Amino acid sequence: MTPATTPDAAYNEGYLDEQTKRMIRRALLKAVAIPGYQVPFASREMPLAYGWGTGGMQVTAAVLGQGDVLKVIDQGADDTTNAVSIRRFFTRVSGVRTTERTAEATVIQTRHRIPEEPLRAHQIIVYQVPQPEPLRKLEPRETESRRMHALADYGLMHVKLYEDIARHGRITLSYDYPVLVGGRYIMAPSPIPSFDNPKMDNSPALQLFGAGREKRIYAIPPHTSVRSLDFEDHPFHPWRATSCCDLCGAEDSYLDEVVIDDRGGRMFVCSDTDWCGQRRDAGHRGRLAGHALARKETA
Amino acid sequence: MSEASLSPGFAHPVRDAQAAFRALLEAAARPGTIASLRVPAEPPPCLPPAMAAVALTLVDADTPLWIDAAAHEAAVWLRFHCGCRIVADAREAGFVFAADASALPDMATLDAGRDEYPDRGATIVLAVAGFGSGAALRLTGPGIDGERVVSVEGLAAGFVAARAANHRLFPRGVDAILVSGAHAMFLPRSTSIEEA
Repeated sequence: MTPATTPDAAYNEGYLDEQTKRMIRRALLKAVAIPGYQVPFASREMPLAYGWGTGGMQVTAAVLGQGDVLKVIDQGADDTTNAVSIRRFFTRVSGVRTTERTAEATVIQTRHRIPEEPLRAHQIIVYQVPQPEPLRKLEPRETESRRMHALADYGLMHVKLYEDIARHGRITLSYDYPVLVGGRYIMAPSPIPSFDNPKMDNSPALQLFGAGREKRIYAIPPHTSVRSLDFEDHPFHPWRATSCCDLCGAEDSYLDEVVIDDRGGRMFVCSDTDWCGQRRDAGHRGRLAGHALARKETA
Repeated sequence: MSEASLSPGFAHPVRDAQAAFRALLEAAARPGTIASLRVPAEPPPCLPPAMAAVALTLVDADTPLWIDAAAHEAAVWLRFHCGCRIVADAREAGFVFAADASALPDMATLDAGRDEYPDRGATIVLAVAGFGSGAALRLTGPGIDGERVVSVEGLAAGFVAARAANHRLFPRGVDAILVSGAHAMFLPRSTSIEEA
């Protein structure tokens, strides 16, 4: 865990001005009160381009305080460009402590993964969302998709899933797999793999979603039902590569496939770097443990 | 305008507002739990400190505010610190403050949002005598693992029935924050409330 620092005095603490924070905070409370409903908000420009997590950052900036420990992941990894720069940003403007350990974090901002380690009560996970409207590809008009949500008129979504089965024999969505929240709203879980969908259901943690470009905030309170859409004869199947992690040997984690040479060589590794590292520290070894590519860098 | 009516707001506006909001967010995510809010040192005497903290945390020029007669002494303080418009008609209000629980306007007349925009429903902030004694309420819904039984002292007689009628409008509806001293209990519209 990195120690708390003094925030950069050139910015208001948390970067956003106080009126913006109030606006986002009001939207967050309404989002929690109406699970799965997308609350419009006046998304601000952030010091990075839309598509790099501006929605998640605004939500994080509105909730983050001095007592918090922040973890940021991008596709499960703490050490990729997006995660590192967002973590550095909040260190600078909020002075908060940061960590790579899921268990130590009070706020976790994520792009496209939910950590393998189960979340606890009083943790908040903030998702970066590119397209918050699950119906958008089926109905391009905002006025119409909004009415469909208002009337819980979700037949179109079921037709889409049915057509998938008719054409391919199965529902082919492997990420951003639509869910029904609290039995009322169909919601885009952001492009997390369908593997992660079951973790959203009845989670003890509070889940917040921010879409900066699309200007929407939504939420799932703890202990709320989150059901992946399916049919009785075609039940939901979370997708996962049929392999195990070549570094730590995990058989139940979500895996990334990595090409390692130009002769068709490849390896599978845990997408959650913290999970994989902790398993290796505990002595678990995968197929390529000890391989030059698998060696931990030492400073 | 007396000097007393302009006592300061939060001692540390940025950090105290964040702390109060986080407590409210946790309370909204876990309906029926009691949050302890960061409050201003000298709120107007007619406002429970937690009600003053909610105002400083969430109310501004974008949110028309209605206050009951008991809170009226605080109008200058609220206008000064929040920069909010105080409206005479509760139907126009985004926030409805009742320092006297029996003075809450009929919930059915408050803005419950529209089917397309249920988030525009009002937020009620209601002073009660205390938590942990008084009427027992059984809460179920999102944020609650199974059910949660709470007790609230000093709720107006028709509150549970009016709230039940409001709950039937879901996803439209109003959200309620009950306050007493520096404590708050959030009852979002998604929570079903019965007398236990």
